[in-house]
Amino acid sequence: MTTVARRARGATSGAGRLAAALLSPTFIVLGLVVGYPLVAALRESVFREGTDLDESGFVVEGSRFVGLDNYTAIFAGESAARFWNAFGNTTLFTVITVALEVVIGVAMALVMHHAIRWRGVVRAGILVPWAVPTAVSALLWRWIFQADGVANAVIGQQVLWTTEGWQAKFAVILADVWKTAPFVGLLVLAGLQIIPNDVYEAARVDGASPWRQFWRITLPLVKPALLVAVLFRVLDALRMFDLPFVLIGSRKESVETLSMVAFDEASSLRFGPAAAYATILFVYVAVTALVFVRLLGADVIGAARERARK
Amino acid sequence: MGVRTTAARATAALGVAVLLASCGSGGDQGGEQPGGALEGRGEVTFATGKDTSGNMQKLVDEWNASHANEQVRIIELPESADAQRQQMVQNAQVKSDAYTILNLDVVWTAEFAANRWVVELPASQFDLDKFLQPAVKTAQYRDKLYAVPVYSDGGLLYYRKDLLDAAGLKPPKTWAELTTACQAVKATQPAIGCYAGQFEKYEGLTVNFDEAVHSAGGDVVDSSGKPVVDSPEAKAGLDALVTGFQQGIIPQKAITYKEEEGRRAFQAGELLFHRQWPYQWNLAGKTDGSSQVAGKFDVAPLPGLNGPGSSTLGGHNFAISAFGKNKATALDFIKFFTSESAQRSNLLATSQAPTLASLYDDAELIKQFPYLPTLKESILSAKPRPQAVRYGDVTQAIQEAAYAALTGEKPSDVALKDLQSKLQELLK
Repeated sequence: MTTVARRARGATSGAGRLAAALLSPTFIVLGLVVGYPLVAALRESVFREGTDLDESGFVVEGSRFVGLDNYTAIFAGESAARFWNAFGNTTLFTVITVALEVVIGVAMALVMHHAIRWRGVVRAGILVPWAVPTAVSALLWRWIFQADGVANAVIGQQVLWTTEGWQAKFAVILADVWKTAPFVGLLVLAGLQIIPNDVYEAARVDGASPWRQFWRITLPLVKPALLVAVLFRVLDALRMFDLPFVLIGSRKESVETLSMVAFDEASSLRFGPAAAYATILFVYVAVTALVFVRLLGADVIGAARERARK
Repeated sequence: MGVRTTAARATAALGVAVLLASCGSGGDQGGEQPGGALEGRGEVTFATGKDTSGNMQKLVDEWNASHANEQVRIIELPESADAQRQQMVQNAQVKSDAYTILNLDVVWTAEFAANRWVVELPASQFDLDKFLQPAVKTAQYRDKLYAVPVYSDGGLLYYRKDLLDAAGLKPPKTWAELTTACQAVKATQPAIGCYAGQFEKYEGLTVNFDEAVHSAGGDVVDSSGKPVVDSPEAKAGLDALVTGFQQGIIPQKAITYKEEEGRRAFQAGELLFHRQWPYQWNLAGKTDGSSQVAGKFDVAPLPGLNGPGSSTLGGHNFAISAFGKNKATALDFIKFFTSESAQRSNLLATSQAPTLASLYDDAELIKQFPYLPTLKESILSAKPRPQAVRYGDVTQAIQEAAYAALTGEKPSDVALKDLQSKLQELLK
């Protein structure tokens, strides 16, 4: 073995130690903030708290190990119907809101990108909904959708938006799209700004129509940014809670999401089943994210690093 | 990073719950022995919902001025009742001594007592005979006193006196009379809605459903705590609301009404009759233009099927946390807060219903709050909501059933049968 190679390896292992030392605070923090709650939630989901009363009417304290009972209970009887309804709502909201937000968000990004006059005002205006806290925007929409609200005045009919039915789903979707399309717009705008202008110039010289330019140049080049935006939105939408909770209310079948079911169980002091619901939601979110990254190749971190190495 | 962040977020909220639960599950049986002495003097805290009038602080200041070594500090919890309960429960589960005195909604007594989160109070040290007896019942669990009633509440039938007078009618005592009065008034006022209560799917629906059942002579649970909602009386009560919606006596949009939506409708002159708490009296009587009905309304006891109805009991009781320090001071403070002078000052400042019977007969107070005699009648004939350790599940079951019947999703007898079997499961 040559000295050079040995020296190189020594340097690498020294650098490795240094890297490990420098990274360890991050890993410790991640372990505490991510690892511990995850493990604790999994542990909690296999226990159940006592709800039985003793003779003098006191709750018999202490939780007992129940194995996977909390999970199997979710898929049995009445709670199965509730679970699949919530699962369906969660999925439906995610698919529809993200699809609408992508279309509207891209349109917003193009407007923000091409606005020549009032550029600052246009951008600020579009971003305002994203800046409003979700619970507050849900309250605003509740006023709009109440029986004597603006929505009914505009359509000239009395629709009871917050009652069970398709109209409640519609209200949630509308409010969510209003709020988060600007987020997609913002990320896409960042993608648009790195497309060099000469590509468009070349296309114009070749006589490509604006429509063709959009499909053949803008969209492919903005795709990495768009996919990241969609991934974030999908993960966010799967955890949707505050908007339907404040806008429509709790325990409304039409809009109940998985997060709402987990919350509802926890506030009834059934932490074991609540943890089980939350774990299932976590698995659903994680699997979706994985599939998304693998199939659509959302360039989150991996591909960028790969390119840098080459 | 996206995945990890999501994982962190998804579990963060849960983590809190988990931490609390794992701390709560271990440990000893905790707390004071029933009937044990309440000992220790010194600083205490008082956990309560928002002090909207500022009168709580005024009374606390008054107490603090004469108790230099036993200062009381108010801890304001969020405005919504659910959030208040959640904070108190979380504190109890970690056995925190942060809260000494708890301002409990009347429906939480059983849950807090059965979990030993609050201590039993010496009933002999309070002159309970002078309190409104239905209010005292809400502070008991299995016949033992765990809290002291401070605020009471009963439903009233607000009605448009001007319109009834014009039609030559008296306030209705039965639902049939209410319907007749409604038709008579509609002849000249076709646009007016007849009746509304609180029918959105939340605690208010439980209140209104219980009232309908009780006012028809039925019961939700009998005196031994067994559910009895599959009775013909209970069906008659629920049907009164269901047919009200079907026949348009209750406006369709009332299914979205909580207290405030209904109040706005009543104040805008859209309703002839409105089932509401006493707090609406002052607001609907304001002459600054916010109310169209100032001076045009009055209150009557709630109507029923064959005679006067019976209200659902509301209100708040003060209890002492099992994990708080200085319980002797806490007990004295509760005595001070439930005294006649404190309750009088509360009524004057907040118009919240007191729990001492004598204040309802006080000529001076009646002059200022003309509804007091009606309210007393309402509270004395009021029925509590089911006293259940798992009250949250009970009220949700009631809301599911009532909402399904009111929206026509289920016939009322099916809804009640389902409710009966659910309550049997929950209350066994």
